[in-house]
Amino acid sequence: MTDPLPSGGDDEAVLSVDGVSVWLGDREVLHDVRFRVMPGEFTGLIGSNGAGKTTLFRVVLGLQASSGGRVLVGGHPLTRRNPIIGYVPQKVFFDPDMPLRARDVVGLGLDGHRLGIPFDWGRRRQAVDRMLEAVDATRLSDARVGDLSGGEQQRVLIAHALISRPRLLLLDEPLANLDIVAQEEIVALLGRIAREQRIAVLISAHDVNPLLPVMDRLVYIAAGRTASGTTAEVIRADVLSALYGQHVDVLRVHGRILVVAGAEGSSVTVEEKDAGEVGPGIVSLR
Amino acid sequence: MSQILNALFAPQFFSSEPVHAALVVGAVVALVTGAVGVFTVIRGQAFAGHALGEVGSAGGSAAFLGGVNPLWGFMGMSIVAAGAIELLGLHRPRSRDVATGLVLGAGLGLAALFLYLDSTSSSTTGVTVTILFGSLFAVSQPMLPSIVTLSLIALAVIVVCYRMLLLSSLSTDLAVARGVPVRAISAAYLVIMAVAVSLAAETIGAILATALLVGPPATALRLTKRPGGALVVAGLVGVAAVWVGIVLAYDSFYWPPAGHGWPVSFFVVALVFVFYLVAGWVAAAAQARRIRRVMAAARVAASGCEPHVDADAA
Repeated sequence: MTDPLPSGGDDEAVLSVDGVSVWLGDREVLHDVRFRVMPGEFTGLIGSNGAGKTTLFRVVLGLQASSGGRVLVGGHPLTRRNPIIGYVPQKVFFDPDMPLRARDVVGLGLDGHRLGIPFDWGRRRQAVDRMLEAVDATRLSDARVGDLSGGEQQRVLIAHALISRPRLLLLDEPLANLDIVAQEEIVALLGRIAREQRIAVLISAHDVNPLLPVMDRLVYIAAGRTASGTTAEVIRADVLSALYGQHVDVLRVHGRILVVAGAEGSSVTVEEKDAGEVGPGIVSLR
Repeated sequence: MSQILNALFAPQFFSSEPVHAALVVGAVVALVTGAVGVFTVIRGQAFAGHALGEVGSAGGSAAFLGGVNPLWGFMGMSIVAAGAIELLGLHRPRSRDVATGLVLGAGLGLAALFLYLDSTSSSTTGVTVTILFGSLFAVSQPMLPSIVTLSLIALAVIVVCYRMLLLSSLSTDLAVARGVPVRAISAAYLVIMAVAVSLAAETIGAILATALLVGPPATALRLTKRPGGALVVAGLVGVAAVWVGIVLAYDSFYWPPAGHGWPVSFFVVALVFVFYLVAGWVAAAAQARRIRRVMAAARVAASGCEPHVDADAA
């Protein structure tokens, strides 16, 4: 897995996206997207609003047909409601008067698709308690979900997605609308889950910085085109300029990364000593 | 003791046949609308529920014209309206509102026609009031088995679809990801709501049916944070409103102007509203008590007497 471009077979990868294109009407919103997510790996899907992140997630979830290419989940072609995938959608908002406690939301992740009412109360309760503990949300168990803060709701949603024991966890903009402290906590939690439970985490975000401490690889998406690899391979002025189709500068300041549209020809790359080595890795970029 | 009873319950209250029927029908219908209504409220479909009730009045008045019990008219028309809303309303919430409004308008137009024909054919205006505002004391005994059966069916569907309904009401995206057939659940729910609203229309009238569908559930959501609890509390609040309403309506026969009882629907709807307000005060008081307790615990912790911290905090 240290190989910058994993050459293992598709059956090794939890998710393998190979040359996927998507047309919505007469607009190509995804163009020849290709990347791979391995078990236990934390991958960031980075791009601004409207770049195609949610569309890509919908393809992986089997909710959006692609007009070309191949997607394998756990080595198998796409199906709807794939039990291998746990999903945290963006902008899930709990109304304050929702008659649901945190534990009810987590429980629905286990059996929300079943008919009838649950009978194995004891086992169900144990599973929910364990899951809430795993995301450090035990003290929130009996709180009304609508009363929780954004970060706390995010924890509950992660537990909801994890309780069905997926191998791939998809999170769509989970850090949006969170304050900095909550962002750090959620990212640390997801990094820990990926490492300890060997779950592949694929998380979309418009800012790369909060993810830097735990991110193994990233897929940078702009105008439906992607570049993937390690941070050092992708977040480079030449790679991103080619992706955006215009010149951009990459500034590294105190271990943080700024991608800015630069004036033509003024390629400034400030390198901090601890920013990691910039390898000559091959980047799949079309 | 008997004096208190006599003051509360007018003479012959417990021996009156219409009162017995009203108590049974009212309770059964309140339980169903309470359980169904919890989902109406958390799905934000109060407008659709109201529309189904009012459009049902076209069916109710047509049934009266044909000499059939209005309940069957209410139900047939409401279910047709539910189907129309589902077919016209696209996936976005706003176009759903527009579809509901269109169906409501068309349905009320039919109701205007049939109610006019009703009142000219029977030369009474009473039927209009009965269809629109209900008359619990006029529910006929032979209808009792049908009402109870329909109520049980509606409750059974709610129980069977309980978790899918809950998850899809919480978030469509979460439900789709979990593999819930969201479209089918939504359509099934609309039909069950049509049944519940028709039952409510039979008891407190087509226009007031929304009060029973939305009021007790909204009250319950202020009082409990458990989903199952909300269904039960909503049902009980509804039963309380209907039963107390029946008692007051029966008593009102002896109120001025003497000899004219007040409509039972008025009392039921008024009580539903009062219960909602009271629940708000109860919830606010409970919240204030919780905050005081947390702050007291924090003060104790800050003053440094650790041994006593957890005495109140727990």
